[in-house]
Amino acid sequence: MNEVLAWLTDPANWQGPDGIPVRTWQHLMYSLVSVGIAAAIAIPVGLWIGHTGHGRFLAVNLAGALRAVPSLGLLFTAFMVLGPYLNGEVSVFVPTIIVLVVLAVPPVLAGAYAGVEQVETAARDAARGMGMRATEVLWRVEVPCALPLIFSGIRSAALQVIATATLAATVGLGGLGRYLVDGLAVRDYAQMAGGAILVALLALIVDFVAATLQRVVVSPGLTGKTAGRKNALRRIQRTTLRASGS
Amino acid sequence: MDWILDHLDDIEYLTRQHAWLSAVPTVLGLLLAIPLGWVARRYRFLYAPVVVGTGLLYTIPSLALFILMPLFLGTRILDATNVVVAMTIYTVALMTRTVADGLGSVPDSVTASATAMGFGPLRRLFTVELPLAVPVIAAGLRVAAVSNVSIVSVAALIGVPQLGSLFTDGFVRDFLDPIVAGLIACVLLALVFDLVIVLVARLLTPWQRAGASV
Amino acid sequence: MKRTPLLASLAVVAVMALAGCGGGDEALDTDNDSDSGSGDSQEIVVGSANFPENILLGEIYTGALDGAGLEATHRANIGSREAYLPGMLDGSLQVFPEYTGVLRDYFALESGDKMTASDSEGVYAELQEQLPPELEVLPFSEAEDKDAVVVTSETAEEYDLQSIGDLAPVAGDLTLGGPPEWKERQTGLPGLEDVYGVVFGKYVVKDAGGPLTLDALLNDEIQAGNLFSTNPSIAAEDLVVLDDPDSLFAAQNVVPLVAADSMSPELEDALNGVSEALNTDNLSDMVTRVVIDKEDPEDVAEDFLTENNLN
Repeated sequence: MNEVLAWLTDPANWQGPDGIPVRTWQHLMYSLVSVGIAAAIAIPVGLWIGHTGHGRFLAVNLAGALRAVPSLGLLFTAFMVLGPYLNGEVSVFVPTIIVLVVLAVPPVLAGAYAGVEQVETAARDAARGMGMRATEVLWRVEVPCALPLIFSGIRSAALQVIATATLAATVGLGGLGRYLVDGLAVRDYAQMAGGAILVALLALIVDFVAATLQRVVVSPGLTGKTAGRKNALRRIQRTTLRASGS
Repeated sequence: MDWILDHLDDIEYLTRQHAWLSAVPTVLGLLLAIPLGWVARRYRFLYAPVVVGTGLLYTIPSLALFILMPLFLGTRILDATNVVVAMTIYTVALMTRTVADGLGSVPDSVTASATAMGFGPLRRLFTVELPLAVPVIAAGLRVAAVSNVSIVSVAALIGVPQLGSLFTDGFVRDFLDPIVAGLIACVLLALVFDLVIVLVARLLTPWQRAGASV
Repeated sequence: MKRTPLLASLAVVAVMALAGCGGGDEALDTDNDSDSGSGDSQEIVVGSANFPENILLGEIYTGALDGAGLEATHRANIGSREAYLPGMLDGSLQVFPEYTGVLRDYFALESGDKMTASDSEGVYAELQEQLPPELEVLPFSEAEDKDAVVVTSETAEEYDLQSIGDLAPVAGDLTLGGPPEWKERQTGLPGLEDVYGVVFGKYVVKDAGGPLTLDALLNDEIQAGNLFSTNPSIAAEDLVVLDDPDSLFAAQNVVPLVAADSMSPELEDALNGVSEALNTDNLSDMVTRVVIDKEDPEDVAEDFLTENNLN
């Protein structure tokens, strides 16, 4: 454990192209790009499925099937199939991003369509009653109400992508996975453990940022923090139970 | 395709190994997650630390966990136990929040009625809250089981024989056939697990099939 | 009434677990058996690393031991020396096909001793000194698989390269690819500079003579790469192995590494027979069959054993 701390605090490990800042930045980049692409694909599709109700069966099963594909095998396949057509670092980067996107799509897709589906019918009816057209209902009511679940999907995807991006080092990509693979190769367990800790820390920080963003973006009316109907009900229940002597 | 047909018995052996290495941790992880999730739900102030704390375990990269496990467990480096314990940790990480949320999804009125009928907390947990939480827990368990099937393949990088071994074999020989075989077998295995969990969940919730809502 | 579905599903899970037991027991079996592998039972576990040549050698050793009446199983494809050497020391594995040079350097790293030999006999002698008491090596084979610096034939023509030293004037503009170890090890960047005065402009970490280095070499991400001398892709892709006249890379003869308390006359005879029958040429041919022709290591190994009356 001391060795790990020593490795983490050694200034030499914080400099140069192999240093912690560079590797962390690379890792963050791969993760953000993958989750970004996955969100760009999955959120519109998920919103459409939730809103229209079409294609739900296909989406659920496709998402489940994609989740079942082992990332390591997919990575090797993508590398072997695409590698010969690409030159230089791109030949490693592209297969990795493809695999990470495949990994990130199921949670984001699920979050999106589940989010839209669970919007209370009352809210939708009220919106229509107010004269909103279908697209207005979608963007002004359904999406804002679906945001908590959409965020939950994105956060879940980000977590999986950050953890799995370490595998990319086995096909020669950079990122924090390099510490795992290189540490293993030169028998430097401190480096391996240090790398693992850094990955966990990165995931924590990204999740924290996402949580903060969620708090800012999601309407407070949804989180129930304000004194609303639910809180009032709960207060009544508690008083009643207390009064009945239990 | 020929290669796959010629090597069916190898593939079958590796699939059985893989099934064992993914199924046992899924069950163990669920069993461990139940008390943890219950504690997180029962004591409000513990929800965040317990759920976030266990969730953190999922961020530890699998390769690192497999390699470092012998140092914690005192097992030998090639023991399959290392993989089973590591996978159990991942399952607990995924399922604790699910169990907590599942128990939380039980309506207060129902738990109140159970208490009113004289059920103690443990009896209430096992005969009322858990059964009602089954749909949510089962949904989470399906994800966990499938995720486990995928992660176990990484153990090939340390030489534990399972379907992932097909990936490394194909990669070093520049040979796609074993990799494709491994991918198909993994997806099928995950599908089987998924179906089993769905089936068990349906067995456990006869009231949902009867069409009545709580 | 409420309990029946619960019991039913518990029964289903239990049955599935027991059914999986068939596979699970095997997973744990090899570990249990190796407990008593220290001379009591005849069960020998042969390990091998995760590259085709070593898996092939593992198959050959296993077949030879089987032929000698010892019950041998092959635990193939173990990813790294960090995993399998501890496995040799904790009783999980009893036999491993190794290479004299790298094995010597692996232990020398711990002891801090300086290694000087680069010829086969000298390296073998130093290896024997470096080995811990639990491990022994049998006589080495003539077959050798060495580290090499490899370039494409275009690169060799462009810069007129025949030996590693010829890289010295141009290396500054070129990129080298190899394993992580090469950054620090004497048989790596420091050694290239010391012995040949070759300093590359850039070093990219790939793998130890594996598909990543090969692909990077072929698509020009790197201009020189570390491959192993028996790699069949060298011939198949028209690559050039640069000469090493000053012996930067020490001898790497194939040698059986054996756990000391598994030694027996039958084991020695079987493995020595293999070592004598192996040479660099037939090893290269066999590796070509496995990697290029996609044949199964088991089949290729069996052919070799049959041809040499070792099974």
